[in-house]
Amino acid sequence: MPNEYVVEVNDLKKYFPIKSGILQRTTGHVRAVDGVSFRIQKGHTFGLVGESGCGKTTIGRSILRLTDPTSGEVKISGVDIGKLKKKELRPFRPKMQMIFQDPFSSLDPRMPVGEIIGEAVKEHNLVSRSEYKEYILKVMKDCGLRPYYIDRYPHEFSGGQRQRICIARALALNPDFIVCDEPVSALDVSIQAQIINLMKDLQEQRQLTYLFISHDLSVVEHISDVIGVMYLGSMVETGTKDDIFKEPLHPYTKALFSAVPVADPDIKMKRIILEGDIPSPSNPPKGCKFHTRCSQCMAKCKEEVPVPKDMGNGHIVSCHLYD
Amino acid sequence: MADKNQRQELKKIKKYNLKKYREYNKQMRKKRVPESEYLTKMKNPDNIIEFDNLQSYFYTDVGTVKSVDGVTFDIPRGKTIGVVGESGCGKSVTSLSVMRLLQGPQGQIAGGEIRFNQQSTGRALNLAKVSMKEMEKIRGNEISMIFQEPMTTLNPVFTIGDQLCECISLHNPEMSKKAVEERALETLKMVGIVRDGILKNYPHELSGGMRQRVVIAMALACDPQLVIADEPTTALDVTIQAQILDLLRDLKDKINASIMLITHDLGVVAEMADYVVVMYAGRIVEQGTADDIFHHPAHPYTIGLMKSRPMLNQKVDRLYSIPGNVPNPVNLPEYCYFKNRCDSCVEACSGPYPSLVSLSDTHKVSCHLHQGEAAHKKQTGGKQNA
Ligand SMILES: Nc1ncnc2c1ncn2[C@@H]1O[C@H](COP(=O)(O)OP(=O)(O)O)[C@@H](O)[C@H]1O
Ligand SMILES: Nc1ncnc2c1ncn2[C@@H]1O[C@H](COP(=O)(O)OP(=O)(O)O)[C@@H](O)[C@H]1O
Ligand code: SF4
Ligand code: SF4
Ligand SMILES: [Mg+2]
Ligand SMILES: [Mg+2]
Repeated sequence: MPNEYVVEVNDLKKYFPIKSGILQRTTGHVRAVDGVSFRIQKGHTFGLVGESGCGKTTIGRSILRLTDPTSGEVKISGVDIGKLKKKELRPFRPKMQMIFQDPFSSLDPRMPVGEIIGEAVKEHNLVSRSEYKEYILKVMKDCGLRPYYIDRYPHEFSGGQRQRICIARALALNPDFIVCDEPVSALDVSIQAQIINLMKDLQEQRQLTYLFISHDLSVVEHISDVIGVMYLGSMVETGTKDDIFKEPLHPYTKALFSAVPVADPDIKMKRIILEGDIPSPSNPPKGCKFHTRCSQCMAKCKEEVPVPKDMGNGHIVSCHLYD
Repeated sequence: MADKNQRQELKKIKKYNLKKYREYNKQMRKKRVPESEYLTKMKNPDNIIEFDNLQSYFYTDVGTVKSVDGVTFDIPRGKTIGVVGESGCGKSVTSLSVMRLLQGPQGQIAGGEIRFNQQSTGRALNLAKVSMKEMEKIRGNEISMIFQEPMTTLNPVFTIGDQLCECISLHNPEMSKKAVEERALETLKMVGIVRDGILKNYPHELSGGMRQRVVIAMALACDPQLVIADEPTTALDVTIQAQILDLLRDLKDKINASIMLITHDLGVVAEMADYVVVMYAGRIVEQGTADDIFHHPAHPYTIGLMKSRPMLNQKVDRLYSIPGNVPNPVNLPEYCYFKNRCDSCVEACSGPYPSLVSLSDTHKVSCHLHQGEAAHKKQTGGKQNA
């Protein structure tokens, strides 16, 4: 089945109202996600990169309908989940899961590990009562957790092990699709590698589809098949990993990549230092949102919003340089 | 029975801690510390700081945490030393020890010297022993500090101008108010902040990257001999990190200060450091020039760290991963702390903790795999990396 898309996102927008004054009147909007489109093939990993506040988490949450998008369409396995009512959505819930950055706050400290992993399994009646314990132990084993951990509490575990517990909790629901929001960012380097390897193994075994959100470009390059680069709520460039890393086209992508420090003192990168800060998403620059920091800015960049352009092989860039 | 033993054990710990707390408080109450107690001699006059067998411990209810246990390295003048290692290995405690900012009486410098080559007086001071009063004069003055979270340094209720100007007039009491303000603006310009009314801004009105630049400006306003930067860019995005690192490098040259750069990011170290110190569980496992560490890593932990990190534009199917976790800092074993995670163990590894041996003039490693090599090198007189 080539080109079977598990996730399709079309022109997704999510605006958060800004309220102020005693009357809490809406005085503006944070355009957290501002018209984003992409799709993810079954069994693939889509890496979403960009600096903090550019809208990555909001995209993940909108896709899972943990927050209702302002407009746009999200299809999961062909079903437009935006149109579903709460009750109709319920059977879809186990199929799409999320793993968070902070394995400390996302685990209930009063619940033993077995219950944390099994709670939703029971709720959705995924396995019979007689098979339940064996099922949980199997999931734990797949995630590299020892059987006797089942009665232990989260505080007894290190960061890496807690992230394994989070992964096991998601996996127990037998999902097709997992949003991984900075899953290794809070972990030490040597532990990161353990978790990344685990996620890759599980993906192969179970044909999982990942949306992998991270600000760490080298981790994203390692795990992704396709990559999307975001800036201020917009997707500025998407393409296969090879295309994006070997031949980045958008000036922001180039600057972003050149900023990554390389663990080799002999390599002195020709660094593109961006001037200034990221503008506020409540009042993004007109035209191309990147024009205030772009060294190749032209007159029309300040007026016209660049439209996405396919440069071949699904390598899509939004920049007037390629008009 | 086990319970009783445990209770007795805890009681013993408590008693021991109390003794340590009392000693500490007695020391702290001393208004004056005689010079003879803290004056010392630099091993090499070109060094700004010499850590000599530094031991910084925390006396906690569950036992003594030896956060830093026998750390020895030098910070030469005008150079950048990178200190790397994973969380909890003792990087911050090392830097807090230099500033004498450990949370006493639980946290104390239990032994060793931190020799400081004080330019203004031409003396060498053992910072582990100087009085707090003396230390306050050095802190933020001859030694500045930049933390991961800029708000640790900035006061939220004062404007940027208030804080920066105070810092400047403290060091230049003869300067007029107007001159101080001019100097403040000048310093902000050095760190790339040119913005109307910046002196009247409060910290919360600035972005994270801007705040960190203000902290750097404050550090520089004092013309320090040493800047300690503890994860200065960890909370920042990569493009802002690139700005800040660029700035630090630039400024180091301008004011000819040394930098002690603490980070868990090998990439940042590779980019900035002349010398690198790799710590694990409170001890130095390897140290050398950046070239020694990045091109000829010798300790299995250093090698593992490098391999487990994915690198841009380098394809590997599977990341190398170091199994297991960092050991419990309370009951550390007699043998090599890395042993239960190490994939290169030899018989000797079950023996005593390996001593630090020199592989070359600059490169040192503490691992049984290399215990024979030092002697060998001396005989052949060869230097691996020359
Ligand atoms: N619940 C919310 N209410 C208001 N603004 C929000 C909310 N969640 C996120 N935002 C804003 O939306 C933007 C995008 O945030 P986020 O998706 O978390 O970015 P990222 O994950 O890329 O760091 C930010 O400017 C953030 O402040
Ligand atoms: N106030 C404290 N009380 C007890 N233990 C502490 C305290 N501060 C640090 N430690 C311990 O000292 C060790 C080193 O910590 P630290 O220097 O902060 O590590 P890092 O290398 O991440 O900066 C850790 O094991 C930590 O738990
Ligand atoms: S559209 Fe113009 S301003 Fe935007 S990235 Fe391209 S060249 Fe730069
Ligand atoms: S001393 Fe032995 S256990 Fe320790 S790092 Fe070296 S080889 Fe590994
Ligand atoms: Mg986020
Ligand atoms: Mg630290």
